[in-house]
Amino acid sequence: MARIIVVTSGKGGVGKTTTSAAIAMGLAKRGHKTAVIDFDVGLRNLDLIMGCERRVVYDLVNVINNEATLNQALIKDKRCDQLFILPASQTRDKDALTTEGVGKILEELSKDFKYIVCDSPAGIERGATLAMYFADDAFVVTNPEVSSVRDSDRMLGILSSKSRRAENGEEPIKEYLLLSRYSPDRVKLGEMLSVDDVQEILSLHLLGVIPESKSVLNASNSGTPVILDEQSDAGQAYADIVARYLGETKPHRFIEEEKKGLFSKLFGSK
Amino acid sequence: MSTGAPTSQKIALEFKSTSLTVPVLLLASNDISLIDQQLKEKVVQAPEFFKNSPLLIDLQKLNAQNLPIDFTEIVAIVRQHGFMPIGVRGGNEQQNGDALAMNLPQHSLHGSNVPLVNKAPAKTLPTPAAEEQKQASQSIENKLVTQPIRSGQRVYAKGDLIVTATVSAGAEIMAEGNIHIYGSLRGRALAGVLGNVNSRIFCSDLQAELISIAGIYQLSDDLSKYPAHKPVQISLDNQTLIIKDI
Repeated sequence: MARIIVVTSGKGGVGKTTTSAAIAMGLAKRGHKTAVIDFDVGLRNLDLIMGCERRVVYDLVNVINNEATLNQALIKDKRCDQLFILPASQTRDKDALTTEGVGKILEELSKDFKYIVCDSPAGIERGATLAMYFADDAFVVTNPEVSSVRDSDRMLGILSSKSRRAENGEEPIKEYLLLSRYSPDRVKLGEMLSVDDVQEILSLHLLGVIPESKSVLNASNSGTPVILDEQSDAGQAYADIVARYLGETKPHRFIEEEKKGLFSKLFGSK
Repeated sequence: MSTGAPTSQKIALEFKSTSLTVPVLLLASNDISLIDQQLKEKVVQAPEFFKNSPLLIDLQKLNAQNLPIDFTEIVAIVRQHGFMPIGVRGGNEQQNGDALAMNLPQHSLHGSNVPLVNKAPAKTLPTPAAEEQKQASQSIENKLVTQPIRSGQRVYAKGDLIVTATVSAGAEIMAEGNIHIYGSLRGRALAGVLGNVNSRIFCSDLQAELISIAGIYQLSDDLSKYPAHKPVQISLDNQTLIIKDI
């Protein structure tokens, strides 16, 4: 049986798709057969971040409507043979998704995949609720600012009440906090909520902190999951997160301000 | 001289409407001796419970089946068994007239939930056991919540509500009784929502958006003068919310 992970947030633009791509790639690189599904029907993005936009033939909605088989729609990643992408449809909207259809796809994928990563759209409407409905684990991506934190809190409420596990009275979804776009400098200046502030409000297990980093935008633009950029801080942060999720103990990084050398202090560059 | 009514007279009485639970004797047979015998059996089961108990006599079943009965006789029998009849309902003109002659008012059938087709004879009086059971089930309508109550969630308790986790901003918790919160209260908490002015809110860290007891509320602006991270209790005194340290 596969483990179904939903990457969700409530608010848009916090890094759900970046996280989905990085986590899926990270799991696959460690040898686990992983599928990543874009649930953002109508605003398809995951294929761009994964760099497979020119290979999309069939999509999630085609499979739901029985217009294509799952194997026809799954795109095998060129960099890692354990990773498969199921893109969203760009020409349809979220009403094309049905609980039965999504359930059937996840059940079929569960047979030979180890992990299924569901990239949730923003909001709490159909696409988002269907992405999380079948989940076993939830990665709640939050930016260190009040509106993102509140939206995450709302999403956590929905996770604990409207999922399949909640409705069947099973063990609840395991929820993890991923704090993204974190900038210790700005926290120090009081411009941003600190890890502790967010933790206090959400009372959630912190899986990792992803620093605000130029490498994320570069990676997105080039269609490479940022985890493959092993030199970058964000790439390392995601690698840590995958390791922690798989049960390894890794100390948290990127929470404290970096000590600047004399040289960079003088010239103000990084 | 007490006749000269002063203009600002003190109010001595007030008419109010209330609804109360009264046993109803629903008659299914017009056989007086059978009624007498079965009443006796019932009373023997719980003599203290039925002693001087008010009783409403319901004749709708009899009249639906056109079974004539002398209302005066029924009243005499139930009085004999220690009941205090307080009226009649579902009676015909003759029976209502008899009742009035004995100073017993006529009650409307509104609120009567007896299906007329039901031919089962029993179901006349609640037994003390059933009454006790009802009370017991009411007392366990308190609610315990151990998970954080997230933004957008609403929790309602018919009795007291006990939360051992945080109540997030944007969440709403309501109770007909008291509210206890052992985490931070950042959302809205409304105690005594059905008007119980004696209900209270207890919380270990007051950062609420709104607190209310029996409809009297305060917003976070008014609450900001109270320090957070300190256990407090909130009660209602003469239409004013009182916040005190515990």
